[in-house]
Amino acid sequence: MIAQLVSRLLQAIPVLLVVGFLSFAIFTYVGDPVSIMLGQNATPAMRIAMRHALGLDQPFLVQYWHFMVRAVHFNFGLSYRLALPVSQLILERLPATTELVMTSAVLALLVGLPLGVYTGIRPNGFVSRTIMAGSLLGVSLPTFLLGILLILFFSVLLGWLPSFGRGHVVNFTHWSTGFLTLSGLKSLILPSITLGLFQMTLIMRLVRTEMLEVLRSDYIKFARARGLGPRAIYFGHALRNTLVPVITIVGLQIGGLIGFSIVTETVFQWPGMGLLLVQSIQNADIPVMSAYLMLIAVVFVVINLVVDILYYVVDPRLRVKR
Amino acid sequence: MAGGADATLLEVRDLVVEFPTRRGVLRALDGISFSIARGEVLGVVGESGAGKSLTGAAIIGLLEPPGRVVGGEIRLDGQRIDNLPQAAMRKVRGKRIGAIFQDPLTTLNPLLSIGRQLVETIRTHLPLSESEARERAISWLEEVGIPAARQRIDAYPHEFSGGMRQRVVIALALCAEPEMVVADEPTTALDVSIQAQIIALMKRLAAEHGTAVMLVTHDMGVIAETCDRVAVMYAGRIAEIGPVREVVKHPSHPYTSGLMASIPALDRKVARLAQIEGAMPRLTTIPRGCAFNPRCPKAMDVCRQEKPGLRPAGATMAACHLYEVENV
Repeated sequence: MIAQLVSRLLQAIPVLLVVGFLSFAIFTYVGDPVSIMLGQNATPAMRIAMRHALGLDQPFLVQYWHFMVRAVHFNFGLSYRLALPVSQLILERLPATTELVMTSAVLALLVGLPLGVYTGIRPNGFVSRTIMAGSLLGVSLPTFLLGILLILFFSVLLGWLPSFGRGHVVNFTHWSTGFLTLSGLKSLILPSITLGLFQMTLIMRLVRTEMLEVLRSDYIKFARARGLGPRAIYFGHALRNTLVPVITIVGLQIGGLIGFSIVTETVFQWPGMGLLLVQSIQNADIPVMSAYLMLIAVVFVVINLVVDILYYVVDPRLRVKR
Repeated sequence: MAGGADATLLEVRDLVVEFPTRRGVLRALDGISFSIARGEVLGVVGESGAGKSLTGAAIIGLLEPPGRVVGGEIRLDGQRIDNLPQAAMRKVRGKRIGAIFQDPLTTLNPLLSIGRQLVETIRTHLPLSESEARERAISWLEEVGIPAARQRIDAYPHEFSGGMRQRVVIALALCAEPEMVVADEPTTALDVSIQAQIIALMKRLAAEHGTAVMLVTHDMGVIAETCDRVAVMYAGRIAEIGPVREVVKHPSHPYTSGLMASIPALDRKVARLAQIEGAMPRLTTIPRGCAFNPRCPKAMDVCRQEKPGLRPAGATMAACHLYEVENV
């Protein structure tokens, strides 16, 4: 088990090196940092001095090595736009995105899983058909439209919930949380629904399909033949067997949520990393973009690791004895 | 025989099972009647699609929808079980009628340890604590011949071979001490060398616990070795039913005769095995009269007109007009 985890971690290293290379490449070759930093009126001598100071006159591989060493130390240089350390910018934005993503993921699981089980157990019931028809909406409605509709109803017409921002947050040393204040929680509702609805319907439809498949299997028939009750059959036997694909998809989706909550954060002016990325792209703020790329790669690697561990927990056949 | 052959345990009378389909209703079982005494082993043979497994599924109340019982009745110990509500039927399944399925590789839940599955089944039916149920599970595993049962109880199905898994399935079917077991081709998916062991095990356990067995198979060898009586099925009906010895040695129904002639024997030399011409009809094209008449060497006019009922024919009962004529 531990040996397998270590080997998984080792496999992640090449992935990070490649992503690091891409980050480095856009950092170095998209735009000219020297003219961006010195402006139009710099003399050639100043440019050469700056190139030297930034290490841009060194061989390619040396520059790559330095970039990776700095990246490991979470040092991605200064933002062109805000002239602040990129690491500081990202750390400031990280809590907002993390809280939003976790809330939507939990919401999606808590609603999607039971609905999937229910519609899988009674595929032909009226309620199931209604839910399935509704879920088509969830899968096909674009995020920005859903966000705008929610704002229109709950913020503009009803005035119940705030339409933008995080509300009041409580600050700890490195973390600001909106979970502890009423306005923070209220602000979280619309964005997390907007972000989570697609995932919820996806999980629901996936669980439903898997349930339908598993409920046809011989071991479910045998469980019935042994006189087990519906709860034991549906939750003890069937749901457990649907979990491996569900874990896979949920893992990938959470990675996607963290990386690409851009639209939702833009619609709700949520001060998270997605919004930071959009603003950086608009201003060609290359250091932020490359740091962001690295961060997302790390997030995916970590999530894949967690998914692998969950496989071992769920499925004994994967616990290979050595 | 533990229970005495006179006390009827299960009685099936005129059982009709139908499958509504888009092209009309298919009658898969057409008036099946038989009974099983306490402790008796009844074999059910027939070709694929004859309705053997369906009969078993109807008895344990687990017909695959849209299949449904539309006529007749099934009585266990005098009480009707074919029309019980779901919750009441669950108390019959496992507790009073156990089931053993064909493929032990797919009948055990791969994600739960065998101990978990046994304890769960035992506690569903018997008022035992977790640890008592576990002890009972271990003793059942020992009884079905799992070596080092106490160490292996927490192992998962994939850690056992096919034969061992079928032993676990048998333990699961018997762990709540049912009065009867429906075994649906319990050895078909196993290695030939394992088959005899599993059959011997089932035979021993049934005798020791006085459990009646309905053994569905298409292996006449297994039937001859194991069963007290045998029912031969053809196209959703019972063609002949009687003591194994009589059915094997002196078959009355022309289909049974053909079936017996097609079994190779080691002690006689035959150039070519006998075979019954033609194939069993599909459910959509069952002929008028006796379903076997197009293939029957002794078919008469009446066979193309009327369905024969089960009549005494020698020491067995056969659904054949030959005997109706003789006995009138």
